[in-house]
Amino acid sequence: MPDYVPTIGLEIHVQLATATKMFCGCALSFGDPANVHCCPTCLGLPGALPVTNAQAIEYAIAIGLALGCEIAPVSQFHRKNYFYPDNPKAYQISQYDVPIAAHGRLGDVRIHRAHVEEDAAKLIHAGAGSGRIHDARRSIVDFNRAGTPLVEIVTEPDVHSPEQAREWLTLLRETIRALGVSDVDMSQGSLRCDANVSVAPTGATALGTKTELKNMNSFAFLERGVRAEIARQIARLEAGETITQETLHYDVATGELRSLRSKEEAHDYRYFPEPDLPLLRVSADQVAAVRAALPELPADKALRLSATYGLAPERAHELAFNGPLGTFFEAAVAAADGVDPVAIANWLPALIERVGSDIDPAATPVTPAAFAALVGLVGTKTISRDAGRTVLDRLVSDGGEPAAIVAAEGLGAIAAADGELDAVVAAAIAADPDAAAKVAAGNAKAMGPLVGYVMRETRGRADGAEVGRLIRAQLGL
Amino acid sequence: MSDTILELSAAAAAAAIAAGDLDPAELFACYRERAAADPLNAFLWVAPPGPPAGLTEPTAGEAATPLAPVPLAVKDLFCTQGVPSQSASKILEGYRPPYSATVVARLGLPLLGKTNQDEFAMGSSNENSAFGPVANPWDRGRVPGGSSGGSAAAVAGGLAPWALGTDTGGSIRQPAAFCGIVGLKPTYGAVSRYGMIAFASSLDQAGPLTRDVTDAALLFSQMVGADPRDATCVAFPDRIGRPTATDLAGVRLGIPSDLLEAVDGLDPAVKANFDATVALAGSLGAEIVEVSLPHAEHALSAYYIIAPAEASANLARFDGVRYGLRLGGEQDLLSMYTRTRGEGFGPEVKRRIMLGTYALASGYYDAYYGTAQKVRTRISEDFTAAFGQVDLIVTPTAPTVAFGLGAVADPLAMYLNDFYTVPMSLAGIPAISIPSGLCDGLPVGFQLAGPAFSEARLLEAAHALEQAIGFDGAPARAGGTA
Amino acid sequence: MLSRHEVDHVAALARLALTDAEAERMAVELSSILEHIDRIRALDLDGVAPTAHVSDATAPLRPDVPVPSLPREALLAAAPEVADGGFGVPSPGASAQ
Repeated sequence: MPDYVPTIGLEIHVQLATATKMFCGCALSFGDPANVHCCPTCLGLPGALPVTNAQAIEYAIAIGLALGCEIAPVSQFHRKNYFYPDNPKAYQISQYDVPIAAHGRLGDVRIHRAHVEEDAAKLIHAGAGSGRIHDARRSIVDFNRAGTPLVEIVTEPDVHSPEQAREWLTLLRETIRALGVSDVDMSQGSLRCDANVSVAPTGATALGTKTELKNMNSFAFLERGVRAEIARQIARLEAGETITQETLHYDVATGELRSLRSKEEAHDYRYFPEPDLPLLRVSADQVAAVRAALPELPADKALRLSATYGLAPERAHELAFNGPLGTFFEAAVAAADGVDPVAIANWLPALIERVGSDIDPAATPVTPAAFAALVGLVGTKTISRDAGRTVLDRLVSDGGEPAAIVAAEGLGAIAAADGELDAVVAAAIAADPDAAAKVAAGNAKAMGPLVGYVMRETRGRADGAEVGRLIRAQLGL
Repeated sequence: MSDTILELSAAAAAAAIAAGDLDPAELFACYRERAAADPLNAFLWVAPPGPPAGLTEPTAGEAATPLAPVPLAVKDLFCTQGVPSQSASKILEGYRPPYSATVVARLGLPLLGKTNQDEFAMGSSNENSAFGPVANPWDRGRVPGGSSGGSAAAVAGGLAPWALGTDTGGSIRQPAAFCGIVGLKPTYGAVSRYGMIAFASSLDQAGPLTRDVTDAALLFSQMVGADPRDATCVAFPDRIGRPTATDLAGVRLGIPSDLLEAVDGLDPAVKANFDATVALAGSLGAEIVEVSLPHAEHALSAYYIIAPAEASANLARFDGVRYGLRLGGEQDLLSMYTRTRGEGFGPEVKRRIMLGTYALASGYYDAYYGTAQKVRTRISEDFTAAFGQVDLIVTPTAPTVAFGLGAVADPLAMYLNDFYTVPMSLAGIPAISIPSGLCDGLPVGFQLAGPAFSEARLLEAAHALEQAIGFDGAPARAGGTA
Repeated sequence: MLSRHEVDHVAALARLALTDAEAERMAVELSSILEHIDRIRALDLDGVAPTAHVSDATAPLRPDVPVPSLPREALLAAAPEVADGGFGVPSPGASAQ
């Protein structure tokens, strides 16, 4: 059985977080009653005309620059013609032969193009409950979303595994999030991803027939959907069958891939230049201004954090991809006096665990300075790691200064030199002679009950490594 | 009294109102009564009795129009808030828009009525209206031209002091010619298209249909100006004043002989009238210069690709979902679309949607749409070159006078009516048609065209010629009341 | 000459139901119009830039400031079918049987 190489290209739609729609002044909204944000233009009333949103163009330029694209000094809108109830004019205003941005790269994936267009309305299927299109006889259309500005990003087929697809989409999301131009929330539809998937035997020069996967509305579903499609294609090829070029819908409930082939004739979008919109010109000055205002992007930030603070690449990546966390980290490093940045970074997961991964730590009672001080106390063995976790609990619930908490709660580490710990260790050995014998016989696992005894007795103030050293010493090891 | 009032030009009526000599309510009532009795089928909707509902308030931030309230007839395809606006199509049955077109709101004149037209402005005879043809007030057995046939007939027949029309390939100028009135197609981008039910977006322009050049200048002067709702509409560079020229001294008039001779059906009587008018212009001091527009004879072909292509997209929104006619809605989606559109559109509209869809379809785009766009470039270049030699270019407005209702059955023959008007539309330049006399009792139109935004010059020249020609439109107005 | 098959294809793209008689007539009429139009295909247009807009103007952009939307009642008043504050349609994919 030959090995197969999957080849994946991604098409991503990003809803821009402008105040108004792409071509009219209706406010963007989420969760409002149907059809309350509509006007002649976004409803496609006879006689209405589009006028382009300046902010949307600026956001598109920012995305293009963040993706390393060239920005077209002159681009143009086209009409993409198709009939569907969610498409009010029966044409979508999009870009065709000259997109506003092209020829970029993000991480290990090249960007083919990024263009501006308008979103469709929302079709609500009255069949209720199931949400499956084919069950319902009637649908209703809510035009609130119609005309929302979108940037469509098309990659080159540079992705070769489901994991890579997921990781790269995460990089893209964080990059756009850093720009502040979109909510990039897949569950809300402000980030949507389709994948073109093909497989070919290893060493083959030509790509296989590709299929298009739609409806993967989370990072996990993207990975799973692409994996399922790769497996399906390989199985067909192994069985001597061919791959049909088609659009597939990934059913997240069953994991099935269902063809969306319609009975209608193949799409012929009849693109032509939008006569209602003159040419879109972007000056070099405008591009320079947007470029100058770009924030530090995640990929650059990861490199900088790693180089500046000596963080492991994975940890640097993690902080770079979580903007608020990264900011908190750097604030803590700045506030700390000589505390090891790596140790501060290593303590961050404990903080996230307590406040939740969606919460900006800066919005909690824990100040960066207090957090850094806490890490410093552990680093100097002034308190044990366990005591450190207790202090962190207090900081998260009540705020305050770690040193004061340690003093108030008597959490200071028991120093090895003052003999107190020796006595507790001796008591632990006396209390569990079986375990002591096993440790003495070389069974390191039996150490657990002894250490646990000491920790209980000292309420976690003892340093675990010191306890282990004392146990072995008292047992003559 | 009312007959005297109705003889006033719009500018004269406006002056009388401003001077306090004419009660605008009385003027409105006289016209309203005339329009309600419409013997020409020129109106699709007439204001109800009583004081006029002003069209709408002028758009916020815009100075109120200085025009005195002389009633205005408006082509059906302009959206008028709460008033039927169907572009004379069955597919917009019962549609009353929730907003008004910018130009209508900007003028702020009392709305006399909505005028008949070819459905979606597609036609040259007004026979394509879903509401029946319009009669020409000079001879009710003949067409008024199209597509702004209702507006032209209403003004010529004395049913309205002035009217708004739209011109895509000749739809103001040709009916103005057939009805013996003045019709101006402005420079593309001079007048907002917001609220005009679109036919072909890169060509459509609103313009005045009036009894004389002075009225045209007055109405046009209040129509122009940039509109934040129309990205193709720009600020007009000049102020349009009342035209005063009585001679053409120093004006170089170009005669595009290659274009004039390229059409088979140029009526010799129309040609003779044209030659006489050119001679008259010469006697007024104009220098007559031969110019060449080598690609203009292909304008019609390019136009009948570009306009239907744009129309095929513009008219795709009539799908039975949000407004207007719906048929087959109880069936499946595809049936709803195809039945609504198949039965809602008339034959000419369907023909142009088919033509435009074909021209844009995969595999044909370059051969048709792409080629037509290049021809359009050539035509513009021809005009630019010609305007290096002359100030204005003149042609007959149409190859013939008004023809009989039902006399032209072949679509292609009908399209040839636009032979002299379409080149200017493709180039986006302004052109005006003025009546230049009668042939066998029917009016003939004389077209003057100038470079983009040369309307002021165009109106002056048209005014000088108009004074010299001394055309009498009264017979049509008398006919209109018969 | 446009074939009946081509006419049917274009009518399907344009979502126009044509009767047999209409489709037959359409084939004849469109063919005659296209025959006239075809003359431009013989012109030498090499190197000529296509004109999409007569003016070379730059699109004006709109500030990103919300303006009031239309009242929902005004929009739905024109709708052939209203349900739950929305425009009712046959579901895509649902068949009439």
